[in-house]
Amino acid sequence: MTKAQFKENTRLYWYKFSRNKLSVVGLCIVLLSVFFALFAEVATPYPQHAKAFVDYSQAGLAPSKAFICGTDIYGRDIFTRLIFSFRGALLMTVIVLSISVPVGVFLGLIAGYNHGTWVDIVIMRTVDVFLALPSIILAMAIAAVLEPGMKSSMIAVTAMWWPWYTRQVYGMASSLRNEYFVKNAELIGASRFHILFREILPNCLSSIFTKMALDVGWVILIGAALSFVGLGEQPPTPGFGQMISEGARYMPDLWWMTIFPALAIAFIILGFNFFGDGIRDMLERGR
Amino acid sequence: MLSFLVKRLFQGIFVIVGLSILIFIIARIVPGDPARMSLGPRAPQFAVDELRREMHLDKSLPVQYFYWAEGVFRGDFGKSINTKRAVNTDIREFLPATLELALLSGILFIILAILLGLLAAKHHDKWVDNLIRGLSYVGIALPAFVVAELLLLLFGYVWPIIPVLGRLSPETGAPTHITGLFTLDSLLTGNFTAFFNALAHLILPALALATGPLFQEARLLRASLVDNMGKEYISVATGYGLPSRVITKKYLLKPSFIPVVSVMGMDLASLMGNAFLVEKIFDWPGISRYGMNAMMNKDLNAISAVILVFGIIFFIVNIIVDIIVASLDPRIRLGAKS
Repeated sequence: MTKAQFKENTRLYWYKFSRNKLSVVGLCIVLLSVFFALFAEVATPYPQHAKAFVDYSQAGLAPSKAFICGTDIYGRDIFTRLIFSFRGALLMTVIVLSISVPVGVFLGLIAGYNHGTWVDIVIMRTVDVFLALPSIILAMAIAAVLEPGMKSSMIAVTAMWWPWYTRQVYGMASSLRNEYFVKNAELIGASRFHILFREILPNCLSSIFTKMALDVGWVILIGAALSFVGLGEQPPTPGFGQMISEGARYMPDLWWMTIFPALAIAFIILGFNFFGDGIRDMLERGR
Repeated sequence: MLSFLVKRLFQGIFVIVGLSILIFIIARIVPGDPARMSLGPRAPQFAVDELRREMHLDKSLPVQYFYWAEGVFRGDFGKSINTKRAVNTDIREFLPATLELALLSGILFIILAILLGLLAAKHHDKWVDNLIRGLSYVGIALPAFVVAELLLLLFGYVWPIIPVLGRLSPETGAPTHITGLFTLDSLLTGNFTAFFNALAHLILPALALATGPLFQEARLLRASLVDNMGKEYISVATGYGLPSRVITKKYLLKPSFIPVVSVMGMDLASLMGNAFLVEKIFDWPGISRYGMNAMMNKDLNAISAVILVFGIIFFIVNIIVDIIVASLDPRIRLGAKS
């Protein structure tokens, strides 16, 4: 690809992405929140408040200039703790997706290419079992029987996430295997590896990326739910759900302890959803 | 249609058996000895050994599974560590509360979603439509447990007009047990005090569960209606001079509901997943709160039973959705026949 072509492609992608103004809003939210998460130590006013920190002289302060979201019962800045919660949520999302997507895609490719054989049956019936319940129920069960903590909740969500990718890739792979370019590759004796990863996989990539972009919000959501019941980040490390459930105990007097975490979740989920929609418009619509 | 159902039933049995294996594996990855856990740390070693033998923990894993599955097949899930009762008894006691909540919540979001969807489609690209679109974003962004906490804050403290916790006020006696659904039982026995009290307790948790799916489905129905309005067969019908009421009723609604019904089924399922958190918040004595407590206390027998019960409920919901979709969509109905 020449430089001019590259420029042209970029402009086309940007055009498709930015046709919907909400996608641009989403992109801004994503960039802003990721920036804060990466540079949390310098971007937040009181980074030491994200750890075990107590200052009862500032406990339960309402939102003010010094603490824009108020402080909790230990005198810790809620804004700082929200940023660090998001950092944890983002880390969880990256780890969950970077394990479950390759595993799910790989199994989907194999099952789809071997459509109708016992490999297909074993893999896809296993997927059916995992998808027979809302992911959150089994994820909670797994996270609870392991030791409660960030690691367990990551394992639990990862274990629930791969089947969605397997099912999606399976559908595509099982129809692509009948296409001429795959038949041709088989005819000239291409290896299985080549057919799976060089012929079939590239045709699935754009919908895989779209799903990943849309999934970020969902993983953050399910992580917040786990943390809400005490299965995510353990105190003093903050987590969205944990902050809401803690704040609920001090309602309605310290309302900011609940309202701001709730707003933060809504803001971030909405941002990532708009962003995901934009990625879908860019990669899948109007090709 | 019949062969289609038989096929689905067969698949469902397969999935439930698979689910039981999965649950068994989850229950066995628990660090620690289940026998020791159920007897407590101070029990003498010989008692633990005896219980291990009784629980077949000294056998190989597949053998253990068959012992366990055989019990489950007879409907025997063993005892709960938490309540010290047979898990069966617990399930029978707590399941109706969750079913009642899920049913009301489902009815609520289905009816409201259809009304709002029709309204938005009728006035598409006007302010009503935009308002519903805006609300649907709120529905995506606020998870059920956050909505629940906000409702609790609003009606528990700011504007206390309806009760927020439990199923009934303590001064109201529970209606005579017939189905276990308090609202239904009190209606059947003509106990209207209990009926209104139970209904008032139901509204908030049901609303918390319904908010998310409600607006999204209204959007989906709106999109599907607007999409079908532009189809040629509608223009043809309009050209024939049919009144718009007849067109809507006869030609527009049926195909527009097909995609919505499938999503409603999925949402009904995820609603029961969210019930785990919402029941905890509203102190609703249902099977989800029971399951939640079981998970927190590593009460393995209760966890397995709750998950399996949910698996069966979802399977039933799916079959019902399939039947509705098939009755709406002749392509599926006829395709299944051939």
